[in-house]
Amino acid sequence: MTDRASPAAAYEGGPDNFAFSEATRKLAEKQIAKYPEGKQASAVKGLLDLAMRQMEDETGSRWLPRAAMDHVAGILGMAPIRVYEVASFYTMFKTRPVGRHHLQVCTTTPCWLRGSDAVLAACRRAAGNVPDGTVSEDGEFSVEEVECLGACVNAPVLWVGDYFYEDLDGQATERILEALKRGEHPAPGSAKGRQTSAPEGGPTTLKEVPPHQPYRPDPPAPEPAAPQADAGE
Amino acid sequence: MPKLTVDGIEVEVPPGATVLQACEMAGKEIPRFCYHERLSIAGNCRMCLVELEKAPKPIASCAYPVADNMVVHTDTPTVRAARRGVMEFLLINHPLDCPICDQGGECDLQDQAMGYGFDHSRYAENKRAVKDKELGPLIKTSMNRCIHCTRCVRFATEVAGVPELGATGRGEQMEIGTYVEHALTSELSGNMIDLCPVGALTSKPYAFVARPWELVRTDGIDATDAVGSNIRIDSRGPQVLRILPRLNEAVNEEWISDKARFSVDGLTRRRLDRPWMREGGKLRPASWAEAFAAIAARASGLGGDRIAALAGDMADLESMVALRDLMAALGSGNIDCRQDGARIDASRRDFYLFNSTIAGIERADAALLIGTNPRREAAVLNSRLRKRWLAGRFPIGVIGEAADLTYGYEHLGDGPAALTALLDGSAAFLETLKAAKHPMVIVGQGALARPDGAAVLAAAWTVAREIGALSEEWHGFNMLHTAAARVGALDIGFLPHGDGRGRDGILAGCEQGDVDLVWLLGADEIPMERLGRAFVVYQGHHGDAGAKRADVILPGAAYVEKDGTWLNTEGRLQQGFRAVFPPGEAKEDWAIIRAASAVLGATLSYNDLAGVRARAAALGAGRLDAPVGGGCADLGGPSGDPRALATDAFASPVRDFYRTDPIGRASPTMAACAATVAAPEAVAAE
Repeated sequence: MTDRASPAAAYEGGPDNFAFSEATRKLAEKQIAKYPEGKQASAVKGLLDLAMRQMEDETGSRWLPRAAMDHVAGILGMAPIRVYEVASFYTMFKTRPVGRHHLQVCTTTPCWLRGSDAVLAACRRAAGNVPDGTVSEDGEFSVEEVECLGACVNAPVLWVGDYFYEDLDGQATERILEALKRGEHPAPGSAKGRQTSAPEGGPTTLKEVPPHQPYRPDPPAPEPAAPQADAGE
Repeated sequence: MPKLTVDGIEVEVPPGATVLQACEMAGKEIPRFCYHERLSIAGNCRMCLVELEKAPKPIASCAYPVADNMVVHTDTPTVRAARRGVMEFLLINHPLDCPICDQGGECDLQDQAMGYGFDHSRYAENKRAVKDKELGPLIKTSMNRCIHCTRCVRFATEVAGVPELGATGRGEQMEIGTYVEHALTSELSGNMIDLCPVGALTSKPYAFVARPWELVRTDGIDATDAVGSNIRIDSRGPQVLRILPRLNEAVNEEWISDKARFSVDGLTRRRLDRPWMREGGKLRPASWAEAFAAIAARASGLGGDRIAALAGDMADLESMVALRDLMAALGSGNIDCRQDGARIDASRRDFYLFNSTIAGIERADAALLIGTNPRREAAVLNSRLRKRWLAGRFPIGVIGEAADLTYGYEHLGDGPAALTALLDGSAAFLETLKAAKHPMVIVGQGALARPDGAAVLAAAWTVAREIGALSEEWHGFNMLHTAAARVGALDIGFLPHGDGRGRDGILAGCEQGDVDLVWLLGADEIPMERLGRAFVVYQGHHGDAGAKRADVILPGAAYVEKDGTWLNTEGRLQQGFRAVFPPGEAKEDWAIIRAASAVLGATLSYNDLAGVRARAAALGAGRLDAPVGGGCADLGGPSGDPRALATDAFASPVRDFYRTDPIGRASPTMAACAATVAAPEAVAAE
């Protein structure tokens, strides 16, 4: 499979049957309860996400087979095509199988300027250079270029599962991917040890706690001085 | 009522109207692709932009509600520039294949590009390519041409009630389709072809057949079911090439069923184009004179009680008048039009009509369906029921098959037991019906074409009376017919006369040798093996069951090949015109009977269509000229004992929607549709 199939087309394959587990069902009921009677269809996105996560628990791959969409449609009393429309519209719903770790590399301008090419190359190497959107032979990785992930301050960014790996370069990416492959859970966040989005190498301002300045009301404005005649004039 | 000014014309529009509607009331034409009067508003094509004073930019008039004192301009430089911009965007990805596109000549995009298009393109990029979708044997897709107006999606979801089409993907990758490929399961799918403003959805059987400007248009009446849909017959030379709906708000709005639209190709197949007669057990071609002589030879010396006639489901009023008169002249009272054996009481007209009228469905506030599947028996009428159901507060009870009718209903039972429960007041649904102001009871032929049919009819009437459906202001008793000919035949009394035999009597008489000559006027839906040794004259247009059994075949005209009159299930008298001549030596049916009458020595008194119609008016006086609809003046019910009900379940007479008549059975398109319905998986896999 070499072509990058359009998300508008259905994926032929996947399990024939899918049903929510007891745990997922409870979470789904919570989602549905958020909406008023008769508007249950509003919960479709929440339920599709739950379905993807259940798929991950069951098969290791977080994606949305057609059976799962049909199951959600049945729960919410929607026509299946209405669910297909939603699932195929949002790129975060994967309607085709992905690897155990789906690597989403941001390649929008800030990340690209900060070296996302190297991150992308490392990811593709790790996936055995299979075409983007397909799963590597060992089932570990699939790669996808994505648009801005909203973490430009920590560019370049790699998004795996529920976590962002930030401030990457090629080597850091490789280290993370190897750890993932070993089944470890590398710590998300900055690869350069930055605290969230704070400057590299520690803070440059506000280094120490400012001295305590107890609150004091403004001093009363001075009385306007009486105009004095200038002797020199 | 808000008042607004459109191009200096002041109009007053109902509250809730849109700016586009206001512009139309002011006589201004607004270009549009996605907006359609009968569908919900999408507002996604942006072609209907107009300028509204005090608005910062042009507005999409189709989705903009009117307010008092608006000042709208529909033809300013800004508006034109905006529409040109929209058109340019639409054409970015639209292929320039008009010369090979079936929509060419009747394409909204083509027409509006003449008004708002540029004469050149500013785009050097490739156009996008979209895979064509397989939607079954009726609709051909060419998805490159799709402009994503979503009319087809909305039609399938709202009118047809089969939410199978959708827009999947997003942005440039958006596609219209079923996602999981399968044929559409609607009986109204052909209307999407009319709705599609471009050539993305076109008619598969009609592909590359003709250009619209080559066609001659004739107004006709559909005879494939009893709705009496108004149709436009497009023909070229001797052949009908396609059938399109005509607007009639009271009957079919602007829809027709797939059977009405696509059985056209059956008109050129298995046709009877010359007389035939049976000699030595085999049919041989004959001349008209020979055929008439053979009938005269068999009929001579026969008493009237040994002659019988049955009228078929597509017969026009004129031919039935002539045949009725001929039989009377031959001294026979053995005539019947109910070839399904329905126990219809024709003593009063409102016993066999759809009295609430089709448009009246929208006034109703509860319905009870007895032994009918309107989706299969009258697809267009079913869409009206769905329209009413969508509007809300329309409880529907069904006694009969629990089929998918495209709307929700309460299934009260399979058979007469549920009817008994309504009669004795033990069914909870009775309260719902009683609480309604305008309840409807709809009785199908499936409930009447059975031994206890008269009892079902009486029971249905009694229920209608008990729930207050019969008043001077509202007539809630309705019979849904399946045959286009039936109401007209009942009106002129094409029923046993004196001690004449009805349908069952004729068949029994044939079996026992009491009836020697049977004249079948297009009657193909009777058990031919029961005709025994009778001499059968088959007058009709297709080599179907009747012709196979016939001893003499008189080739007649199909419904598009004659000036004819049909009354629909409401009792609405409608005339269709001849679009093409019948093939070969075939003739108009009333004229055949008139000619035969001279040979049989019982010459009929009329020589032209006006004469037949005058005779029809005389026969149907008080019925044919009665107004459609109206209240119920007499609560007295039809004969029949409402307690003499049997126990077997009701079944719809229409098992195969696509092949209910000889034309449909001759049509390869209808056969393909039937095969798709029977095995959707197999066809999708091809």
